[in-house]
Amino acid sequence: MTRATEAFVRHQMLPQVPPPSSQAGIVKWLRENLFSSIGNSIMTIASFFALWWALDAVWPWLTNGVWTTSSLSQCREVLQGEVGACFSVLAERWNQLLFGFKYPAELYGRPTAAFLLLFIAAAPVLFYKTFPRYLLIVTAAYPFIAFWFIWGGSILVPIVAALGILGAMFVFKKYGNQNFATGLFGGIAAALVIWWLGGKIADAMPNFLALQEVASRDMGGFMLNMILGVVCVSLSLPFGILLALGRRSDMLIIKWICVLFIEFIRGVPLITLLFVANVVLAYFLPPGTSFDLILRVIIMITMFSSAYIAEVIRGGLAALPKGQYEAADSLGLDYAQAMRLIILPQALKISIPGIVNVAVGLFKDTTLVSVISMFDLVGMIRGPILGSTAWNGVYWELFGFAALLFFVVCYGISQYSQWLERQLRTDHR
Amino acid sequence: MKKSVLLGAMTVAGLAAGAAAAGTLDDVKARGKLNCGVTTGLVGFAAPDANGNWDGFDVGVCRAVAAAVFGDPTAVEFVPTTGKTRFTALASGEIDMLARNTTWTFSRDTDLKFDFVGVNYYDGQGFMVPKALGVSSAKELNGATVCIQTGTTTELNLADFFRANNITYTPVPIETNAEALQQYLAGACDTYTTDASGLAASRATFEAPADHIVLPEIISKEPLGPLVRHGDNDWGDIVRWTLNALIAAEELGITSANVAELSAAPTSNPEINRLLGTEGELGKMIGLDGAWAKNAIAAVGNYGEVFEKNIGSNTAIGLARGLNAQWTDGGLLYTPPFR
Repeated sequence: MTRATEAFVRHQMLPQVPPPSSQAGIVKWLRENLFSSIGNSIMTIASFFALWWALDAVWPWLTNGVWTTSSLSQCREVLQGEVGACFSVLAERWNQLLFGFKYPAELYGRPTAAFLLLFIAAAPVLFYKTFPRYLLIVTAAYPFIAFWFIWGGSILVPIVAALGILGAMFVFKKYGNQNFATGLFGGIAAALVIWWLGGKIADAMPNFLALQEVASRDMGGFMLNMILGVVCVSLSLPFGILLALGRRSDMLIIKWICVLFIEFIRGVPLITLLFVANVVLAYFLPPGTSFDLILRVIIMITMFSSAYIAEVIRGGLAALPKGQYEAADSLGLDYAQAMRLIILPQALKISIPGIVNVAVGLFKDTTLVSVISMFDLVGMIRGPILGSTAWNGVYWELFGFAALLFFVVCYGISQYSQWLERQLRTDHR
Repeated sequence: MKKSVLLGAMTVAGLAAGAAAAGTLDDVKARGKLNCGVTTGLVGFAAPDANGNWDGFDVGVCRAVAAAVFGDPTAVEFVPTTGKTRFTALASGEIDMLARNTTWTFSRDTDLKFDFVGVNYYDGQGFMVPKALGVSSAKELNGATVCIQTGTTTELNLADFFRANNITYTPVPIETNAEALQQYLAGACDTYTTDASGLAASRATFEAPADHIVLPEIISKEPLGPLVRHGDNDWGDIVRWTLNALIAAEELGITSANVAELSAAPTSNPEINRLLGTEGELGKMIGLDGAWAKNAIAAVGNYGEVFEKNIGSNTAIGLARGLNAQWTDGGLLYTPPFR
């Protein structure tokens, strides 16, 4: 049997060879993504050309930038007519852009610490699967710590404020189970009593563990945008949920209050509300009593965004099939349980893109406070910095810096929300 | 944020509408600080520097009043106001006086219930055009696009001027001076119109100032001055005569350098003596101490010094005195006698 019946038989396996060079690595990627057809190839080349053209214009401006002069005219002297940015304004005024021009320079560490703590405080909420639940206490304590760091004053003030809320929660837990109204109003009464008593104590001991006080009027720069953005977003979410539930409630009065509130606030531009906060309230309050301006603005922005968030969440509630509500009823859950355990987790998940949309928009809208002469980042640029003799005429560098800061924050929010959506995805797509 | 305010706001409920209308001077003295409204930032007139200290021509008036009242030019809380918030801030009592290059007009003085105490800068509305446009008079601007700040008197003056000369224009409404300059330099409008002082200040920041000219026509009277609320004439008097003291000081040759020497002992000029309190009791008549004018002049200098330091010909803005010279030099500055 030496004669082979077949022409050729391979006796051993061939070693694996790499795919042809046109089907692997960067070449394949390029062919598939950039040059997959004639039309796409033309588009790719055109895009590269446009990119090159833009970079060619911007690059020398960036790299030629001047960082060390003390006025725009000196920048121009250094550049001698060449293209180049005058970044000196950022080098000289970075602190004003970040903290406003009146926040004491030696205290910059305090708001910075509050900013860093924000990440620690937000982590247990944002990444609730990674961190144990008891860390939420850090989140709960954060507003009071941050307030103390940024505004200073006696530590008694935030402590009394926190105690009041704790007292209210305690009373509500104790009596709210039997009768919701008793619990609610009892809680509010308890908080008011604690604040009233604590206010007396705090006023009596203004120097107890006191940090140097900084007035609201002295806040400014990107810090003000962050304060307004963080506070208003985190406040408007719970208010928005309540408003959305209220609007779908069967109780007529509550329903109509919510409808009126939402429709009124949505029908009025934010800038009008800000003018009301700044200008009109000043007429109603007796002269001399200055109801804190930042507090007024926070209330207005929160009202505004909670109305929008309420509508977004109402959309989520409406998207749930009726069966979910009926299933909750059939399990014998009461309203609160049904909402907490079945309806809201699903409705909020659906609403995430909408909520993030509102949050990002709100954060950018905080720059509107510059029209009521508050010096947020944009207000700082438009007023004091462009109004100084040295820097009048520097636009691109300043507004580019502002855009960069806002982009970083907004892009971060957007990336987080996409990650969260992937985490919560329970269907099998 | 004051703790009592925060907790009070939480406890809130009743906001007692007390407000016994005590005199502004008493309020200011009790507070220990003058609340002075200024702009949020205007080159040469008011802007905070890198250390957050306010500086400028209007700021000088605030500091002079603070020095006259307290003897301390730093006892001022500067309250920045925009064109839209300035009048409500003054009317509501948030500020004691407004020094924010505000034009003295009939309706602001009467209908809005304010009192203009004087004029610290005589301005007028002008036009800036690129040289390349080849225009040498504002009357040749028929059909031009004009960048104009909304909500200001300049907008109304512009309409009046074009209607009076029977020519047409297209307005390009803009919000701030900075925006206007960007639009103007980008060619979105043929000409930019605002107060001539502002045009000069802006032109100085251009890369090529020589390519732009300010047309000779001044189409409006813009007397800019500090103002106070209607009704408290005592306080109005203090602000008015502090401003007058600065103007008189220049006329009489009193400067921040020699004021200490001149006020040490009575001089041969009785008006200087009365002004500086070495003779007579002018200070007492307005409820201040005798050294009020001396303190104001020592703090900021006389009118001419304030002018030269902030907007004069040696600064980047480089404004000539023009109408703002003393009456003896052909200008309009003329203070009533200190007697």
